[in-house]
Amino acid sequence: MSGPVAATTADGSRLHLQHGPIDLIIEAFGDAREVAEAYRRAWARFQPLLDELVDELPALRRPLSAGEPSGRVARRMAAAVRPFSGRFVTPMAAVAGAVADEICAEMTSCDLRKAYVNDGGDIALLLTPGESFDVGLVPVPHRPSLLGKATVRAGDPVRGVATSGRHGRSFSMGIADAVTVLACDAARADAAATIVANAVDLPGHAAVRRVPAAELDPDSDLGDRLVTVDVGSLTAAEVDAALAAGIAEAERMRSGDLIVAAVLCLDDQVATVGLPSGHDGFATPVLASAAYGGPGNHQPLGG
Amino acid sequence: MTEAAPDTVVCDACPIRCVIKPGRTGSCDRYGNVDGVLARVDPLLVLQRTQEQGGALVPFASREGDWEGELVPSEGVFVTGAGSGTTYPDYKPAPFIVSAKVEGVDMVTVVTEAIFSYCGADVKIDTDRHIGAERQIVRADGEAVGHVTTGQYGSQMLSLGGVNHLTGGSKREGLVTMRVLLALCSGEQAELSVDGGSDLVIQAGRAPIINGVVEERMRVGCGSATIGMFAQQWYEHVDEVVVVDDHITGVLSEHQAGRYLDIPPTGVKVKGRRSTPGRYFNVANPGTGWGGTDIEDPLTILDGFDPAVARPGLTLLMIGTTGEHHAYFVLDEQLRPVPQQLPEALRVSVERIRENCEPAMTSVLFMAGAGGSLRAGATVNPVALTRSVNSTLTKVTCGGAPVYVWPGGGITFMVDVTLVPPGAFGYVPTPALVAPLEFTMRRDDYDALGGHMDAVVPIEDVLARPDVRTLPG
Repeated sequence: MSGPVAATTADGSRLHLQHGPIDLIIEAFGDAREVAEAYRRAWARFQPLLDELVDELPALRRPLSAGEPSGRVARRMAAAVRPFSGRFVTPMAAVAGAVADEICAEMTSCDLRKAYVNDGGDIALLLTPGESFDVGLVPVPHRPSLLGKATVRAGDPVRGVATSGRHGRSFSMGIADAVTVLACDAARADAAATIVANAVDLPGHAAVRRVPAAELDPDSDLGDRLVTVDVGSLTAAEVDAALAAGIAEAERMRSGDLIVAAVLCLDDQVATVGLPSGHDGFATPVLASAAYGGPGNHQPLGG
Repeated sequence: MTEAAPDTVVCDACPIRCVIKPGRTGSCDRYGNVDGVLARVDPLLVLQRTQEQGGALVPFASREGDWEGELVPSEGVFVTGAGSGTTYPDYKPAPFIVSAKVEGVDMVTVVTEAIFSYCGADVKIDTDRHIGAERQIVRADGEAVGHVTTGQYGSQMLSLGGVNHLTGGSKREGLVTMRVLLALCSGEQAELSVDGGSDLVIQAGRAPIINGVVEERMRVGCGSATIGMFAQQWYEHVDEVVVVDDHITGVLSEHQAGRYLDIPPTGVKVKGRRSTPGRYFNVANPGTGWGGTDIEDPLTILDGFDPAVARPGLTLLMIGTTGEHHAYFVLDEQLRPVPQQLPEALRVSVERIRENCEPAMTSVLFMAGAGGSLRAGATVNPVALTRSVNSTLTKVTCGGAPVYVWPGGGITFMVDVTLVPPGAFGYVPTPALVAPLEFTMRRDDYDALGGHMDAVVPIEDVLARPDVRTLPG
């Protein structure tokens, strides 16, 4: 069994932590000694993290029950999905964001100007007054082009960015190519993006091929629920209808103060919720939040 | 956890233990079910896709001490020397001198296939069996190709190849040596025999076959160590235990561990030379039987029981150091050991010894020195390359695999052949082995040591060549 591993970029500026399916890219900005200490803390917190999660995995794969999970990451996951208890969602919808939040929080004890923890596109941010991050939005992982960027400033109520969609590492019950959400933290953004991506859908449409999740992954938290494996050709009206369903869900979340903004992508259509207009200026993205963190997961090998 | 259906595999690469269906990958994308077998899925795939998608590659370098078992970071594109071709003598610049930007610093990799007349394979064979005395000649097809060298813990060691066998003997000796080295370095089987010792079939990463028998396990410890480790578990279940070992045979009741547990003397008399209490050297000759000795019947190492101490009904367990051989006896009225069924409580301890023995493996390190002409292919001032390697400004790799560079003069390195890409080793009729070799350094350092700057090509140009193969990271 492989244990957790760490590496830095050649110049030491970024830290890469990996254990099992968790892949984190971390970059902290500030005094070099403080950055080094922050990386040391991140690594120390990271090492037992997956084992803690695995201990509670069976419970985390089920919808929230009365009991509170015990692990710190598990509690973040539960807290992130609790406001969405009206929809089908398990704490696993927030796992990537919760891991990013946990590691990011561990670095706050260091004197950093800013930092990010990118867990395969689900990103936790640390910002001190006057600092900002430009977050690049990549709608479709297999046709990477920057849709645009959103600037997150220290004064904004945003410390998490996450993307979900049917090209991602986990299954989607909807047909969105990508839904990116800006929220108070990465776990909440992660859960919200998952739910909005599920809502972008055309129920019963013949061009959408679905199979029970358990057929693809016997351990999936979605069980026998249908997940999307292929989307055929859609008319512009159908795309609009699917997006409208997602927009409605995102608007409900925003009006409930659960998220700050969302960007929804299907085919070549893009819809936004809560973003000021004119956000789409181009700049070199500091962060790219894509709907995947590796090669298209859950694709047949060699595909 | 879901019940594993037929054809699914349960991954044990991380604590999640994904249940993976055929043709799919686990939650990490690193491991998949390929035809019912758990397989590491090409991590370079990530890079290829990223590249296909026009994305930028972000290479990560290993941070010393923090990597736990991962040999090289899988990120980044690296051009290996395999298949690059070479000229001898290397008065021309090496086949590729490749330049890539890594984190804003221009890196140069000198890629070549080196011809090694000075090279060999050091082979570690996990076994306690006697394969031949140190310094004995190792042969293939009757030709001397190396010798048995200093044994290591739980392992026998061979030193194969080298310039004296490759070019110092007859033409046939050189060719046979070259073939043996090429086979071992390419991960194929080699059949060898040791003068006055065993016939061996060895292959890197596989269990050795000694005189036709597949070696399964390394011993858990020497006979004395085994007594120390298991005394507590034997105590109260058996009166005496003799752990048969070619090195040090252990006797429970006499051993420090047995005395600590107040195990009374049994009067057992063991042949051989007593070292300290309960520890015996030379109980038998080395061989391929019990505990690396030549014995098949363990009672032949006993010299009876002292009638003043022993009593009828006394129980005795005899066991080899890997647990593969064991026998249980009860003394009859004449104090003769009579074989009996192994009691359940002792069976557990026997199983535990077996369980604690690691699988026996053959490991092969290719060792070679980069000569002056090869270094001249990299720089106009060959000694500067040696100095640069010694001062760690230049990193040496063999087909992208990490190497250990010996301190001291020249560039003499060792590499685990299982980490070198398949098909990377070749030969020339000299005879000599051909192996990929890469020197990587900062571009300005390369310039400073007299590098062939006009031969530097961007990595994109190399990757665009039609004959480029991409290997699993």
